Amino acid sequence: MTLIHLFIFVPILVALLIPFIGKWFPKLHLGWAAFPVPVLLFTFFLAKIPETADGGSIYGSISWIRALDLAFAVHLDGLSLIFTLLITGIGSLVVLYSIFYLSKEREPLSHFYAYLLLFMSAMLGVVLSDNMMVLYVFWEMTSISSFLLIAFWFRRKKSRYGAQKSFLITVGGGLSMLVGFIMLYTMTGTNSIQEIISMRDAISDHQLFVPALILILIGAFTKSAQFPFHIWLPDAMEAPTPVSAYLHSATMVKAGLFLVARFTPVFGGEAAWFWLVSSVGMFTMFWGSFTAVRQKDLKALLAYSTISQLGLIMSLFGLGSAALQGGASIESVVYTKAIFVALFHLVNHSTFKGALFMVVGIIDHEVGTRDIRKLGGLLSFMPVTFTLAVISGFSMAGLPPFNGFLSKEMFFTAALQAGSMDIFSMDTWGLLFPIVAWIGSIFTFVYSMFIVVRTFLGPYRRERLEKTPHEAPVGMLISPIVLCVIIVVLFFIPNVLSHYLLAPAMNSVLPSYQGMEGLVPHIAAWHGFNLELLMTAGVVVFGFLLMKTYRSWQGVYELFPENRSIDRGYQWLLIGSEIGSKKATNLYMTGFLRNYLYYIYGFLLLSVGGTLFLTDGLSIRLSNDVPVALYEMLLVFIMAAAGVSILFTKSRMTAALLNGVLGYSIAIFFVLFRAPDLALTQLVVETVTTVLFLLCFYHLPEWSKEDRALKVRIPKIIISVGMGILTVLLALSVQGNKLFDSISSYFEDSYDLAGGRNIVNAILGDFRAFDTMLEVVVLFIAGVGVYTLVKLKTPKGADDHERK
Amino acid sequence: METIIILLVGVLVSTATYLLLSKNLIRVVLGTAILSHAIHLLLMTMGGLKMGSVPILGDQVDTYTDALPQALILTAIVISFAVTAFFLVLVYRTYQSTGSDNLYELKGPQDE
Repeated sequence: MTLIHLFIFVPILVALLIPFIGKWFPKLHLGWAAFPVPVLLFTFFLAKIPETADGGSIYGSISWIRALDLAFAVHLDGLSLIFTLLITGIGSLVVLYSIFYLSKEREPLSHFYAYLLLFMSAMLGVVLSDNMMVLYVFWEMTSISSFLLIAFWFRRKKSRYGAQKSFLITVGGGLSMLVGFIMLYTMTGTNSIQEIISMRDAISDHQLFVPALILILIGAFTKSAQFPFHIWLPDAMEAPTPVSAYLHSATMVKAGLFLVARFTPVFGGEAAWFWLVSSVGMFTMFWGSFTAVRQKDLKALLAYSTISQLGLIMSLFGLGSAALQGGASIESVVYTKAIFVALFHLVNHSTFKGALFMVVGIIDHEVGTRDIRKLGGLLSFMPVTFTLAVISGFSMAGLPPFNGFLSKEMFFTAALQAGSMDIFSMDTWGLLFPIVAWIGSIFTFVYSMFIVVRTFLGPYRRERLEKTPHEAPVGMLISPIVLCVIIVVLFFIPNVLSHYLLAPAMNSVLPSYQGMEGLVPHIAAWHGFNLELLMTAGVVVFGFLLMKTYRSWQGVYELFPENRSIDRGYQWLLIGSEIGSKKATNLYMTGFLRNYLYYIYGFLLLSVGGTLFLTDGLSIRLSNDVPVALYEMLLVFIMAAAGVSILFTKSRMTAALLNGVLGYSIAIFFVLFRAPDLALTQLVVETVTTVLFLLCFYHLPEWSKEDRALKVRIPKIIISVGMGILTVLLALSVQGNKLFDSISSYFEDSYDLAGGRNIVNAILGDFRAFDTMLEVVVLFIAGVGVYTLVKLKTPKGADDHERK
Repeated sequence: METIIILLVGVLVSTATYLLLSKNLIRVVLGTAILSHAIHLLLMTMGGLKMGSVPILGDQVDTYTDALPQALILTAIVISFAVTAFFLVLVYRTYQSTGSDNLYELKGPQDE
């Protein structure tokens, strides 16, 4: 048990209090109640920096179910620390921002902040858990809170659609990840990620290794919106903008990246890992940026840009994993740079994308639209927002003097290195990486400029806007200003960040390289006229050209029509499976009793009969039988004849009487079998039953004939004869084999134990008195049921209402 | 004796199952009644037949018939009677409310 355990749950605990705080202080904006939580957590984790800075880590475990190796184990190392700081830091800023963004009067704020805090706990749990099963639970909790937040404005159809979509995709991926985790557990016998890392070499040849790798990657790809699972992210933009800034750009979507980084020591060096992560990431980076350019809605544009940037970081993790091929060595340390850049860009992306979302939120809030075609010329109305947009937008485009420039340049370096790799048959395909990276960056430049230019510059058209734009209130500006300051500061002092956060994280992603020289490169804004700088220059030149000539080439997008997109495929799948399951259900849920009985009896015949047959349980011994007297034989024939003739009788009266014959015959059997109590009871009951049947006939019409068609009769005959045979076989098997002695001799002592000479009565009235009491209760319930059915009449109108 | 009774039980179970698969509600109820008869006989047989005297403690008796199945059957008889009575009233009420005792007609329209 460590403080970390406690701090993971602080947000949830506060979330539970939120509704009450709302009641106690009705005038308070609930954001102020939630705000201290992330700030407190942020300072807590900030204070942990010295403990991880030199490669150390904090581990604590609360054991839970030992037999299943379930323990609530937390592991705070460099990698977790980066994420916890992002979660709590951006979390603080987002909460602060939301206080001014969400109206206290119009919105159900207690829901909002409860969900947001729930998410915070879940996300902290994901990045701090060392136990895979616990990690999985937190992982799905992030999906649930994301679902709730996207559907925050649940009256909108699009919100509900987006929430459902993100939920289906991310939870589906989560399930696949769970299967991967279970495979890892089977291979290693432990759920602890750190222990699995130490066993890496022992399991890499296991036949489940690659399947586990792929399944876990599916989980990471769905969460981090990688192609082709990226389709949920644009629809998730229906959430309030603070949520988009927090969950869908800065934190939750980075959980997939976290997973990849966390499992790099396990799977890194495997060709499948390298290719999947790097190529999926790279293609996502290109596709996201390419699609972002065509968007008309600023938030949709940012969504695709997020997809693209996540792809960029993902591909870097993939490329960097090459360093683990053949074990850690001084020759391959150069490949680790990609991982370093990935971590660096991960931080940078959170800063500039968070700021951009907040800027877009401000525009939406103060202007009333996010449609890029309606906006323009806002510079003179919103100078501060404009400045923030320039800083964050230029950082995203990769321009100096902003942090995005540094990581973008290093991204090019890593991509160029990939081009010259000689492992994983990269000598044939490697060159694609720098080329795709470069083209993707051009589009990134284009859409980044669109955000700035088409919103703030250009002609101002009042008539297209709902309200006269004006600068946002100071409160809304604080958070993006803080982020923009970080953007600029990081450009000038990147090596401080590198020393305190990135270097420890490198140690946790690449433990085998720990302490090796060259693992943590020096970040410099200027490193001479090299190819990377040329590439950046090229991006600016071509990007600028493409932006200016957008109208002339936007026809390219017609090649990718909406109705053939992956999105349509998803919708088709959703509707198709709905219709399909309905059809399948209607196929067997006919509402006709006979069909249900067919299923039940069919299953019984197959399972019990099959077991009897397969296990050779059938053994018939007739030697124990007592001899039969003639009158007994006669009685048996009478009963058999009465039973069978019920099937053929035309009149229900005859049938009821034949049933009576059966009942009375059984009474006689009871007498013969030395059971006087049963005989008496049976006589009384049979008489009353027959009377009841006759009474019922008085109210019902003569029964109709059954279908005589063979099609109906043959399955009925098969099932009923089958049931008869099965009963006989079972009974004979039981009869012939006594596995243990009867317990009945105990009851023969009934006089001493219960004071009764009649053993049956002693059993009913003493040994099993509770059974008898409950039997009376059953009789009582049946009596109440009968009375209700006879007496209670529903009013005429109510009955109609129920049927609808 | 046991074998013959078991065969009789088999015949009764077949009859009862066939009736249960009917369209007519009364036939179904009749099926459940016959099924109970069959099972009572089966229970009785499983306990062994005619192994001793009536299970009432006396002075000159050494062995008694197994009393436990008898107690169980006694409970079963009463319960099955309650269920049969309830079923019959249910059929009556169904007919009163819907005007039909045909299960096929009662299954509702094809498409909701």
